[in-house]
Amino acid sequence: MAELSIDGYLKRKVLAVQDFTYLFLNSIGSIVRPPRYLTDTLLQMDVIGVGSLPIVLLTGFFTGGVLALQSYRTLSAFGSVEFLGEVVSISVVRELGPVLTALMVAGRNSSGIASEIGSMLVSEQIDAMRALGTDPLRKLVAPRLYAALTTLPVLTVLADFCGMLGGFFVSVSTAHLTSTEYWTNAYEALDFRDVMQGLLKPFFFAAIVALVGCYFGLKTRGGTEGVGRSTTQAVVVASVLILVVDFFITKLLVGIHFS
Amino acid sequence: MAATTAIEMEHVWLSFEGKPALADVSCEVRRGETLVLLGATGSGKSVLLKSVLGLLKPDEGCILIDGQDIVPLSEDQLHPVRRRMGIVFQEGALFDSLSVYENVAYRLREEGIRDEQEIEHRVREVLSFVEMDAAIDKMPAELSGGMRRRVSIARAIISQPSIMLYDSPTGGLDPVTAHTINLLIMKLRDTEQVSSVVVTHRLQDAFFLANFRFSAQTQSLVPPNGGGKAGGASLARFLVLREGSVHFFGSAKELAQTRDPYLHKFLH
Repeated sequence: MAELSIDGYLKRKVLAVQDFTYLFLNSIGSIVRPPRYLTDTLLQMDVIGVGSLPIVLLTGFFTGGVLALQSYRTLSAFGSVEFLGEVVSISVVRELGPVLTALMVAGRNSSGIASEIGSMLVSEQIDAMRALGTDPLRKLVAPRLYAALTTLPVLTVLADFCGMLGGFFVSVSTAHLTSTEYWTNAYEALDFRDVMQGLLKPFFFAAIVALVGCYFGLKTRGGTEGVGRSTTQAVVVASVLILVVDFFITKLLVGIHFS
Repeated sequence: MAATTAIEMEHVWLSFEGKPALADVSCEVRRGETLVLLGATGSGKSVLLKSVLGLLKPDEGCILIDGQDIVPLSEDQLHPVRRRMGIVFQEGALFDSLSVYENVAYRLREEGIRDEQEIEHRVREVLSFVEMDAAIDKMPAELSGGMRRRVSIARAIISQPSIMLYDSPTGGLDPVTAHTINLLIMKLRDTEQVSSVVVTHRLQDAFFLANFRFSAQTQSLVPPNGGGKAGGASLARFLVLREGSVHFFGSAKELAQTRDPYLHKFLH
């Protein structure tokens, strides 16, 4: 019996990976195959990109500020307060900006996508869509994927800037650095590889945010209760996947950096 | 040569996680005929309806639409077949984010029609047929259950399908609204020769569809063979499903005269 349930559990997991891959490949494939839903994509760009802007900017600003506050104590113990700009810019651009932006966008949008598509599924709107000649993968999944892929890198850049701005306010007000000291140090600390690392990650995270939301939405079972369950699962899985994928991308890029 | 049957199911089996939802189901719907689908909750009526549309794939068996087996077809290949069919879901399944106008126009836009004047003309025409002209700019959330079903019928018939599928179209509606919906189903069948499958729990609706037909000449209900209808062909046949299997398939008269204990319990 135990063997059977382990067998069943593993089969379900393999099936989930298969379904997720199918979802990803078909959504990507709809770039070359018509019909393309440009209006839906623009609408989703507004929902995901513009809609997430306030929380992303606030998160970036206060993260940079807190980072400067925490680093100030340690750096002042070594008499290296002038490196505050470097600490903030490298941490924010390489790691905190992309990851925290993705987590905030996942919290807001993976859940939203899962609940919207899940509600459509339980109210038979997805069946109606198919009956009316529309492929839900092209109409619902692809626009959300493209919207996330185009807006998340932009949001990340804006969050990075706000993070550095937060660090700047703390550095000037608490550490009594001059504006020139902070910005020169912050700017010179960054090289191409830091920026590339910070801009590469959002593309992976965007795919996670959109596809995990769509996947759990399309897998919704059991009415409105099921919609709630899908929403929660989407946020949890997307957040965990972002952190796991971040680790592996970082490991890979750091490996390239030192090789 | 065109097939004489609109829908034909041959030994269809379909299971969910090992439990059969349809077990060896065979039946047919002739052109211009209504198949009334009866059965207890969970007997497989909606599954059968979705299989006919290709939304669910049978594990075994054939489903022929106008003589073409749709079981081996891919989603893309199914689109032209689905274009000849319309479906009305249990709760209407209107798109919440679109107005009544956009819901009804949806299919035309998907078919690539871009002429807004033509779209508006056709939308107004079908909304007028279901007597919902006044609701054209409303959102689905503003409509009552009966109004949603009527808009759903309008959305389904805008591309003039030859086959219509109705999943409990009168479920949960008051008798007056239910009669209006039944009349629409009947009008489509008798004036446009649309073949249909109607899932229902209401026996009075089922026998109403079998015992009357709509005369376009007199604009009134007449007996099946009255009003000059040639041949006296059956207007409706009945299919009773029991735990996924066909328990009865025949005419209204045969059903009314049956001595089968299950059907007897079901009918009374």
